[in-house]
Amino acid sequence: MKVLYFAWLRERVGTGEEEVAPPADVTTVAALIDWLSSRSAGHARAFEQRDVIRAAVNQDFADPETPVKPGDEVAFFPPVTGG
Amino acid sequence: MIRVQAGDFDIGAEITALTRGKTHIGGVVTFTGLVRDFAGDAAIGTMTLEHYPGMTERMLADIEAEANRRWPLDASLIVHRHGPLMPGDNIVLVITASAHRQAAFEAAEFLVDWLKTKAPFWKREAGPGGDRWVEAKDADDEAAARWHK
Repeated sequence: MKVLYFAWLRERVGTGEEEVAPPADVTTVAALIDWLSSRSAGHARAFEQRDVIRAAVNQDFADPETPVKPGDEVAFFPPVTGG
Repeated sequence: MIRVQAGDFDIGAEITALTRGKTHIGGVVTFTGLVRDFAGDAAIGTMTLEHYPGMTERMLADIEAEANRRWPLDASLIVHRHGPLMPGDNIVLVITASAHRQAAFEAAEFLVDWLKTKAPFWKREAGPGGDRWVEAKDADDEAAARWHK
């Protein structure tokens, strides 16, 4: 599974992209956040304000309940500020 | 059409290219977003726009397709820049063209409102007090929410 981070999430995690292999019981975006948060202090800090974090699975906006599976591209980022 | 690019754009050239040969167009509306030199009370030196290559283009194309479903447009264009920008620089261009002005005005406003809340871009501002990520505004969400009817 490819995980991407943007803006301040990227800065806190320390990388913009990582390949991960979460355990089989990680089947939703919310569960993936729980699992990623345990990987490092930087990950934990990136995910500490859950209510402001947005996610996308395979480049579609996702909810905490959206399913994730091996091979997916999952991205985490703050609310967008373009335009 | 949509484009995400680091370089600048020429509004006149874009209008000419977009409307060439389409003589049923009666009105063209453009919106250009520029980098401001202030944010609240703070001065802004440079702004850097980060994006999500792939998803950003997809979302802009989706938003453009939605505008074309809602209004009878004869042509439309979204150009959004990324990378480091200076105050006064162009950030985004929206062009809509239609036989009648009302569709073009409304669609342009819709596109700008929606790309502010749905297009994966993140602004980082550098000023005298250091760098900071721009926070999303509730006012932008409210502006976009008007179109959910």
